[in-house]
Amino acid sequence: MSLTTAQPTDPGPGPGNPRRELRSGSLPRYFPPALLASSAAVIAGVLLAFSSFGFVLWGVLTALAYTVIAVAASTRIEGGRKAKDRLVTALVYLCFTLAMLPLVSVLWTVLGNGLARFDGYFLSVSMNGVLPGMDAGGAYHAIVGTLAITGLATLISVPVGVMTAVYLVEYARGRMKRAIMFFVDVMTGIPSIVAGLFVVALWILLFGPGATNGAAGAISLAVLMIPVVVRSGEEMLRLVPQDLREASYALGVPKWRTITKVVLPTSAAGLTTGIMLAIARVIGETAPLILTAGSSAVSINWHLFDGQMMSLPVFIYSQVRMGGAVNYERAWAAALTLILVVMLLFFLARMIGRLFAPKSR
Amino acid sequence: MAKRIDVSGLHVYYGDFLAVEDVSMTIEPRSVTAFIGSSGCGKSTFLRTLNRMHEVTPGARAEGKVLLDDMDIYAPDVDPVLVRSEVGMVFQKANPFPTMSIYDNVLAGARLNNRRMSRSAADDLVEESLRGANLWEEVKDRLNKPGSGLSGGQQQRLCIARATAVRPSVLLMDEPCSALDPISTLAIEDLIHKLKEEYTIVIVTHNMQQAARVSDRTAFFNLSAPGKPGKLIEMGETNKIFTRPDKKETENYITGRFG
Repeated sequence: MSLTTAQPTDPGPGPGNPRRELRSGSLPRYFPPALLASSAAVIAGVLLAFSSFGFVLWGVLTALAYTVIAVAASTRIEGGRKAKDRLVTALVYLCFTLAMLPLVSVLWTVLGNGLARFDGYFLSVSMNGVLPGMDAGGAYHAIVGTLAITGLATLISVPVGVMTAVYLVEYARGRMKRAIMFFVDVMTGIPSIVAGLFVVALWILLFGPGATNGAAGAISLAVLMIPVVVRSGEEMLRLVPQDLREASYALGVPKWRTITKVVLPTSAAGLTTGIMLAIARVIGETAPLILTAGSSAVSINWHLFDGQMMSLPVFIYSQVRMGGAVNYERAWAAALTLILVVMLLFFLARMIGRLFAPKSR
Repeated sequence: MAKRIDVSGLHVYYGDFLAVEDVSMTIEPRSVTAFIGSSGCGKSTFLRTLNRMHEVTPGARAEGKVLLDDMDIYAPDVDPVLVRSEVGMVFQKANPFPTMSIYDNVLAGARLNNRRMSRSAADDLVEESLRGANLWEEVKDRLNKPGSGLSGGQQQRLCIARATAVRPSVLLMDEPCSALDPISTLAIEDLIHKLKEEYTIVIVTHNMQQAARVSDRTAFFNLSAPGKPGKLIEMGETNKIFTRPDKKETENYITGRFG
């Protein structure tokens, strides 16, 4: 290494000794953005000159050129430590960009393809009476189904999940606790199609073969949701300081009231987030719903126990399988609707979380 | 109504580990009793057995007798929840409930116990408790603001107000001033002086001057040897403990020669 300034012949502090120098040269603040912009421009120019312009090549070459030039310039002017900093900073930004790329790309594709058919008409009519190839019909029945099925699944799994989490954190001890936690972990890993099959088998036992309805779909989703709610709820309840429980006990408050009035309100914001994540996980499930709620419903059906029920993911699946141009347009528009529904739910969850969060002013 | 506490032959265990060995003492009503001793010698553990708070820690248990006036709080049919509404506690770190306002914090003990009370009775209880904790003047205009917005000293007085609003007969304080500045400490000590007219107060402290200032009687705890259980070494009038203790160990600790 070139940092040989700590040799025994060190002459001590002096004007010619870089080791005692606290200030070193530094690149101006505008250097990184300016360099990035100029290298991007130059490389774009070169690529266009050779008429081999491509976005991937352009991005890779720009990142490479920026990193090399920035590190070289920094080594010359600022010294080794700063140069390393520049290198690592460039790498971190690069990784961030790589991570964001698929996300942005997905959103962009869905927006681009979905907007063609995404309008009030699409959102407000069902596929009832729409013949193949007809330029009509919408996803209203699928939105209804998604909301109803996911809503019932949430109604089932939130009480079960939160109460299991409370049991695990506040009451369970020893072997019982380890067993429950193990099975919850196993349940987290259940493939969704298996949850669907489980409910199909259950429904055949209860109602005979061929019974498909929304409630069956909701139960298969609940099977998937419960372990997620339990795990996240458990983490959130553990975060509640023991101090607060003790403070409540010391006032002569019984344990169940301590849990309902102190522990749960304190962790309400976190619990809400966990529940929303669980909903987001199941709202896009397709396989169990095809098995349990059916894939051929075309009309609006709010009744969870009566007949097949369409949902947005299944709608996308069945449209894509039909394969016409208009079907693809409907599928993309439904995908956009699904993403918007999830975003809306997250927005609501943020609001609810803020409402519950402990305030200090 | 302040009550007397009589402890006889109390052992405290964490699992198999004996943490406090064979403590017997009498804590007088309407007085302040201070527990002093080095860290880890079992003062706080012992204090928590006085309202069965140690049972919150998994594996902790106590053997022996603790009489509150004439009632054994470890008798098999005694409900620990009721013991705790009779013997209140204030902790080292102020812990107002973050989801509740100042007003609701004071009423927490009553509300969470589902005691029904009229709006005016609740207002009166809040004012009385906050006045009792010398906090009323500072917070009367912002009773509906969250308790966590107060300063550390104010939060601690809020916790004392919250504890007294349950109307216990004994108040246990586990190093209530160790996280506070001298001015807030003084405010709390003044408050302790005032509270002892009505309550039996037990305070754990690491601050010898504080023990000398606020307490009537002092108990000195120590480990018999490293890794051995903590023991009550000596207990007596604060004056006597601090000027001419009977035991050499106590003198060493008080004069700062060890511990």
